[in-house]
Amino acid sequence: MNRFAELLDRLSFEPSRNNKLRLMTDYFRTTPDPERGYALAALTSALGFQHAKPGLIRALISERVDPTLFYMSYDYVGDLSETVALLWPERAQAWAGSGHNRPPLALSEVVTTLATSGKLDLPRILARWLDALDEIGRWALLKLITGSLRVGVSARLAKTAVGDIGGKEPNEIEEVWHGLAPPYIDLFAWVEGREVRPEASDPAPFRPPMLAHPIEEPDLAALNPEDFSAEWKWDGIRMQVVAGHDAKGKRVLRMFSRTGEENTHAFPDLAEALAQLPAQDFAIDGELLILREHRVQPFSVLQQRLNRKTVSAKHMADFPAHVRAYDLLSLDGEDLRPLAFCDRRKRLEVFVADSNEPRLDLSPIVRFKTWEELAAARADPASAGAEADAAAVEGIMLKRVDSIYVPGRPKGPWYKWKRDPFNVDAVIMYAQRGHGKRSSFYSDYTFGVWRDGESGEELVTIGKAYSGITDEELAQLDRYVRNHTINRFGPVREVEYSRDKGLVLEIAFEGINWSSRHKSGIALRFPRINRIRWDKPAKDADRIGVLERLLRERESA
Amino acid sequence: MRASDLLKTTPAGLYCAAGDFHIDPLRPVKRALITHGHSDHARAGHEHVLATRETLAIMAARCGADFAGSTQPATYGERIGIDGLTVSFHPAGHVLGSAQIRLEAKGLRVVISGDYKRARDPTCTPFELVPCDVFISEATFGLPVFRHPDAAHEIARLIDSCRLFPERAHLVGAYSLGKAQRIMALLREAGWHKPIYIHGTMEKLTRLYEREGIDLGEIVRVTGPERPRLGGEIIICPPSALQELWSRRFPEPVPAFASGWMRVRARARQRGVELPLVISDHADWDELCETILATGCSELWVTHGEEDALVHWATSQGFAARPLRLIGYGEEEVEPSEPAHPSDQADAAFI
Repeated sequence: MNRFAELLDRLSFEPSRNNKLRLMTDYFRTTPDPERGYALAALTSALGFQHAKPGLIRALISERVDPTLFYMSYDYVGDLSETVALLWPERAQAWAGSGHNRPPLALSEVVTTLATSGKLDLPRILARWLDALDEIGRWALLKLITGSLRVGVSARLAKTAVGDIGGKEPNEIEEVWHGLAPPYIDLFAWVEGREVRPEASDPAPFRPPMLAHPIEEPDLAALNPEDFSAEWKWDGIRMQVVAGHDAKGKRVLRMFSRTGEENTHAFPDLAEALAQLPAQDFAIDGELLILREHRVQPFSVLQQRLNRKTVSAKHMADFPAHVRAYDLLSLDGEDLRPLAFCDRRKRLEVFVADSNEPRLDLSPIVRFKTWEELAAARADPASAGAEADAAAVEGIMLKRVDSIYVPGRPKGPWYKWKRDPFNVDAVIMYAQRGHGKRSSFYSDYTFGVWRDGESGEELVTIGKAYSGITDEELAQLDRYVRNHTINRFGPVREVEYSRDKGLVLEIAFEGINWSSRHKSGIALRFPRINRIRWDKPAKDADRIGVLERLLRERESA
Repeated sequence: MRASDLLKTTPAGLYCAAGDFHIDPLRPVKRALITHGHSDHARAGHEHVLATRETLAIMAARCGADFAGSTQPATYGERIGIDGLTVSFHPAGHVLGSAQIRLEAKGLRVVISGDYKRARDPTCTPFELVPCDVFISEATFGLPVFRHPDAAHEIARLIDSCRLFPERAHLVGAYSLGKAQRIMALLREAGWHKPIYIHGTMEKLTRLYEREGIDLGEIVRVTGPERPRLGGEIIICPPSALQELWSRRFPEPVPAFASGWMRVRARARQRGVELPLVISDHADWDELCETILATGCSELWVTHGEEDALVHWATSQGFAARPLRLIGYGEEEVEPSEPAHPSDQADAAFI
C-alpha cells in the first residue's frame, strides 16, 4: 500500500503526461505481482468491489472529530477523502512504538479483503487500516475504496505505461484487455516477454474512439475544402454500439461511452432494438440522442433520461433513445478502421439502410464548396438542412475524406468547429468554495441580471459558473469575494451587489432553456466566465429581457 | 474595564482609544504599534511607529529609511507607559523581531498575538507564553486539517529529492522575510553544506539576517549565466517567481513551495507545485488550541484567517469567543515582490 500510495501521491502533483508515464512504468517494472496488477486495476477502474459510500466515511470521522469542525474542514479542503485523511487522529507512530510486528498493509490485502468481507465489517476494517497508515496512505486508501482516484491518469495512459515495459503499443494492450482480469498476471508476463499473448475472448470489445481537435475560422484558410467532409456536431452523447457472438454462439450487444464505460443497462429499449439488426457482428460509432416525432430533442431533454438508476417503461416511452450513426468501425469480422473515411461512410450508408430500424439513422452530410458556405451553414443550421433539429446542433464536424480511423486525438484528420457561444453580462451575487482543482478558493459564483421588481430594479439569479478564468483571475475573484462579503449562509457568501456597487462577469454559454430551478425561469447551458468586467458598473449589466428574447428566437427557429 | 472598551475595530484595523494608537494599521495613522515586518502588518506612512528594533530595521530595509515620521524601538519585556496604559512586546516566534503586544489597563491584561508559531525556528527568538485575560489571536491555519509536520522532515524530503534528481534544479518558493532564512538555517542543520542560491529579491533581507548575527552559511545570489548549471542545487525564490520566465532557465526545474498551505493538495496543484513542503511560520491547529488554553484567558478574539472554526472550538471549550473579521491580513502570498535587480530581468527577453 505504501508504494501505491506514493505513486498516487506523485502522480497527483505531476502535470506532465510523459513524467506520469515514467512514474507508472517505473512502478510497474519494480513492483511484484500481484501488487502491481491490483494497482493497474485501480488506475483503470477495473476493481470489482462495491465502492464504499461517502456516508460510511463520514460516519467514521464523526466518531472522532466534532461535526462542525469536520464540516468546515471539508468545505475548505473540498475533497472528502483528503479531509478525512488529514483529520484522522495520528496513530501510526503509536503502532510502531508498541512493538507490533504486523507487515505493512499491502494493496492486494486491501483488494482481496474488500472483495470478501461483508458490509457490516467494513467500518471496523477500514478504521483499523486508517489507524495503521500515515496521511498519504490514508488518502490513497480512501481514494481507492470510494472509487475516485482522480490523479489525472486515464485508463489508456495506465495501459500505455504497461505497454512501455516491453515496447508494446497501447492498442495492442487494448486489443487483449477485455479478456483479462485483475491482477493481470498473464498480461505482465506477456509484456515482459515471458509468456505468449493472452487470448482476447471478448465477443463485443470496446474500440478506443477517434476524437477531433477544435478549430477556429482563421485556421480554415490553410485547409482545402475539397479534402473534407462536413457533418453536424450533435449535442448528445458519444456512443459506441458493438455486437458479436460469444463462444456458445449467443448474441452479445454492448454500448459504451466515449471513455469505454459500458452503459447498455441504461438504454434497454435501444439495446433491444439494435440487437435485432440483420448484420451479425458490427461496431457503430455515433451519437446518443432523444428523438420525438423524428425531431432531435435538446440536450436538456436527454439529461432527463440520463442519471437514472433504474429506467421505467414510462420513462423510456417519454424519452425514446436513438443512435445517429456517423461511422462504422467493423462489420461481420472485417476491421474497417484502416479504410478511408469516404469508404467507411459508403459502408455505413448501406448498413443503416439495410438495418431498417427506426432507432438507428444516419448523421447527414452537410454539403459545401467553400469555407464561406460552411460558415453560413454553421451560423444557421436550420436553413442549411438541419431544419427542425437545428436546436440540437452545436457546430460542425470536419473529417478528412481520406482519414483512416485512429484512436485518440490525432492532429489533422478531424476537427470540431463549434458554434459561437452567447454572452451575457451578469452581476456576481453569491460565492461558494470549489471542489477538486479549485478547492479552498471561492470559485463557484452565482450571478444574476436585472429585472423590474416590486420595489424597483432588482437582480434575479440566472445561473452558476466556476470555469473559464485563469488561476490568477481566480485569486483576484477569491479576494474580491472575501473583501465584499455582506452575509454568510453556511458555506455560501453573499457579496455586495446593488445598482452602484457590484462586480460584472461576462458569462459565455452554449444554449438556453426554460427552467424551474432558477427564480428567473431560465437556465443557461455550459455557462462559464468569459471575462471579469472590473470596468463595468453593475447597473449596466444585462436585463432579463435580453435572455427571454434569445430563448424565444431559438424556439421559433 | 472590558476589552471592548479598550480596543475596537476600525477600517484602519485594531484601535486603542485610551492610548490613541493602532496595532498593525492597514492605512497611515498617527501612532502605530507594529507586531512584525511582513508587509501586510508593517506598512509605511505612519507618523510614529513603536516596534522591536529588528522590526524597525526590516521596515527600513523594505520601505526605505523614511518609512515613518519617527520611530521608537521596544525591547522584549520592557514596560512602556502610554497615557496610563502599560504596553510591552514579547517574542512571537514568527520571524526575526516578531512580537506579541501586551496591554494592561486597570487590571485588565490583553495580548495581541500578531502572527506566531510554537515550532522551533533557529532564526528568531522562541514564542513566549504571556498570561492574559483576553487573547487576540491570529487563525491563519485555524482548521483541524492543518497539522504541520516537523520542518526537519520536510527539509529531509527536499534534500532526498536533490539526490534523486541531481540533474534538476530545485526551486523553493518561500516568502522573502522569515521563511527563506529559516529554510537556509534548517538546511544547514540537516547537513547541506553546499552554497544556497537565492533570487535577487531575497538578498536585502537575507543580508539583514546575517548582520543580526544569524549564520546561514554561504548564500549566493543567482546570476543569469549560471542558471543552466544549477542542476541538483537548491535555489530559494519568492513564490511568484516559480511561474515566471526567470525559473525556466534552470535545468528541468522542480517547483517546490514551503508553506503551511501545502498541506492541502489542491493548493499545491493550483500553483503547479511538484514538491510541496509543509513548512509554516504560523501556529497550526494544535498550537492555536494549546496556546489559547495555556494563556489562561477567558475571552478570545480572532483577528484573521480561518476564524470560524477556531471560534467554534473556543466557544465549545467555554471561552467567550468572537471573530473580528479584519480584512487585509494574511495576504503575504500576493505581496508584490520587491523590484528585482536589473540582471534578474534582463535575460528574460532572450527566452
